[in-house]
Amino acid sequence: MPSPVQVRCCDASGCRSAGSQALRTALEGARDAAGLDPSQLTIKPVGCLRQCGSGPLVACDRPGRTQLFGGLAPEQAGALIAEATADATAVPASMADGLAAHRIDLEGPFFALQRPVVLEGCGQVNPESIDDAIAFGTYAQLQRVLQELSPEQVRDEVRRSGLRGRGGAGYPTGLKWDTVALQPPGPRYVVCNADEGDPGAFMDRSVLESDPHRLIEGMAIAAYAVGAERGFVYVRAEYPLAIERLRLALQQARSRHLLGNHIHGTSFNLRLEVRVGAGAYVCGEETALLLSIQGQRGMPQPRPPFPAQSGLWGAPTLINNVETFTAVPAILREGGDWYAAMGTEHSKGTKVFALSGAVVNTGLVEVPMGTPLRTVVEVIGGGVPDGSPIKAVQTGGPSGGCIPAERLDTPVDYESLVELGSMMGSGGMVVMGQSTSMPEVARHFMGFSVNESCGKCIPCRAGTVQLAQLLDRFVERRASPEDMERLDALCQMVKVTSLCGLGQSAPNPVLSTLRWFRHEYEAACREPADALATGRVR
Amino acid sequence: MAVVTLNVNGQDVAVPAGASLLEATRAAAADVPTLCHLDGLNPVSSCRLCLVEVEGSNKLLPACSTAAAEGMVVHTHTPRLREYRRMAVELFFAEGNHVCAVCVANTHCELQDMAVTVGMDHSRFPYQYPQRSVDASHPQFTLDHNRCILCTRCVRVCDEIEGAHVWDIGSRGGQCHIVAGLDEPWGQVQACTSCGKCVEVCPTGALFRNTDTTAEKQPDASLPALLRSARDQHRWHNQ
Repeated sequence: MPSPVQVRCCDASGCRSAGSQALRTALEGARDAAGLDPSQLTIKPVGCLRQCGSGPLVACDRPGRTQLFGGLAPEQAGALIAEATADATAVPASMADGLAAHRIDLEGPFFALQRPVVLEGCGQVNPESIDDAIAFGTYAQLQRVLQELSPEQVRDEVRRSGLRGRGGAGYPTGLKWDTVALQPPGPRYVVCNADEGDPGAFMDRSVLESDPHRLIEGMAIAAYAVGAERGFVYVRAEYPLAIERLRLALQQARSRHLLGNHIHGTSFNLRLEVRVGAGAYVCGEETALLLSIQGQRGMPQPRPPFPAQSGLWGAPTLINNVETFTAVPAILREGGDWYAAMGTEHSKGTKVFALSGAVVNTGLVEVPMGTPLRTVVEVIGGGVPDGSPIKAVQTGGPSGGCIPAERLDTPVDYESLVELGSMMGSGGMVVMGQSTSMPEVARHFMGFSVNESCGKCIPCRAGTVQLAQLLDRFVERRASPEDMERLDALCQMVKVTSLCGLGQSAPNPVLSTLRWFRHEYEAACREPADALATGRVR
Repeated sequence: MAVVTLNVNGQDVAVPAGASLLEATRAAAADVPTLCHLDGLNPVSSCRLCLVEVEGSNKLLPACSTAAAEGMVVHTHTPRLREYRRMAVELFFAEGNHVCAVCVANTHCELQDMAVTVGMDHSRFPYQYPQRSVDASHPQFTLDHNRCILCTRCVRVCDEIEGAHVWDIGSRGGQCHIVAGLDEPWGQVQACTSCGKCVEVCPTGALFRNTDTTAEKQPDASLPALLRSARDQHRWHNQ
């Protein structure tokens, strides 16, 4: 039985870097000092509480009331324990005032407009405790699926949900599962792509650090649905805490026989392993990722054959993103139709975004698809801190583009973002204020693509280098009108002729800023002297 | 033998089922340019010169690694394809140090010929003049990284035909280069059998025999196809 009073301390990377561990130690000290034991007041580490920018975050649960505090110093631990346990009147006024300044309104737009599905366990369960996860309902769907549903029924539910790949491309998940399942008999694999490399994206990391058991459950259900007995989670090496927690979670699941042979007494077997990347962004591309798992150099391969037909060691391989797998248990619990009722006609369900940049509330946001961008960045995000208008929102990292302020009313779904010259990407959303120079933004992302190109095909290997040099000329205000034409032409060439999605989307930051902020590029070549003298772009 | 029929540049052609689009374009004498592709080696589709337009596909498809399918309508030399090919060749010339006048492969260089084919007389992109090295540690052969276009023919012929896998690619992006063994001097790699196949298939002057000087390299890029047919079909070209 959990104690009636519970203090949940965020212990994900963001809050850790803001000092959450010292705060938790102080809280435990304060609890002991107050003469309480853990049965009266539980202090538990949990995953992401979402408003990462205000960390370290602490949530206080009392019967009928939950409060959230952000940015508390360890010295305030005593006040928080007093607040959590005593009647409100019993807390000295000065202490209460001190805490009040740190209170985060859970009824405010940041939380009220969110719809946690993938994130429903984030910040609720202790990511290092399988008991906590099971008590929260994790693995219940796996048991039900194995004992009551056929693989076809599982796939049917996923197909009905309208779930599309959350890694960015938005391929229909049910269709992908069917493709793998319908391959000729033989071994097959499930792979989770947790090589989240886009700058400004931290959704997958948060899920791995906050609720790894739910991902494992989702992967196990997927493996059952497609007939796989072996799977891998490919995590980037830059996520040490996520790797540690995932490994621990897999170990716990194995010891409870939720992984291994004869799961829940059925004939279903599953072995899951972690594979750690070695720092190459391109390994987030599925064919490169599969080669990397096999111990080879991670370089994209021409498709077809698609991994669903021929993937790991030539066997049909289901490869989905962390968020996609994590959405599966909820879909099976509530039904595909429930999931499909959220979102838009072609983009169903919810999507997690990592909101950062020039915005008041930095953190994780899960909203139904089709929510206007303006709602996400201005209402949930709270807009630019100094109250000035937003200039643009960058989505999709180095593969996406900048959406200008006048298009903020666009609903967030796969098609609308592509129409604007950007893309959903994995879900990074960087808000830009008025002082941001768009050619500089483009150059920044092009520099990223230059560094991360695998070097296989010429448009990406040499084209991005030339593009970066052209952009240097604009940023340094020494471009000529011919450079503008060259930029346009080369962007098209790299976009159309590159081998993999990375090269094909590398020019997107340039193309989208050229489309919406062309005047900034023109200003850099038309009257460079004037622009230099005034320091103004237009 | 099952056959698929398709249309290339307005001409109907029939090719064996399983043939690549490249073979189909050859049947139509369409002269689709290629650099990284070599008959007898597995395609990698990295030079992007053989990209063609296929009606109904919103993407350009590499002819070397796309299977020919029944009823395809293929265009190989549309204005935009010509322009992209020229740009790709310009990028090749701009990224390395290609000085034909002092090159062993002058007049026998596929990159040089490609420039002529696509009508490239100068590069519109600034030359990068990268700092690259020369590996002359092997007793018979030399590797000049300045002339390498990373087609990976040497990597593939050594791995797929000779079975020695001496070559591979190191680093990434613009820093990519061919490495011998575990990134050692070529002459120290014990796996190398000194068979010279890599030299024969190299399209430029990056790999050459030490005895060759300017314009003397006479490569034989048909070697992998001959060896493949000899092994797979027990057919030797002198029979």
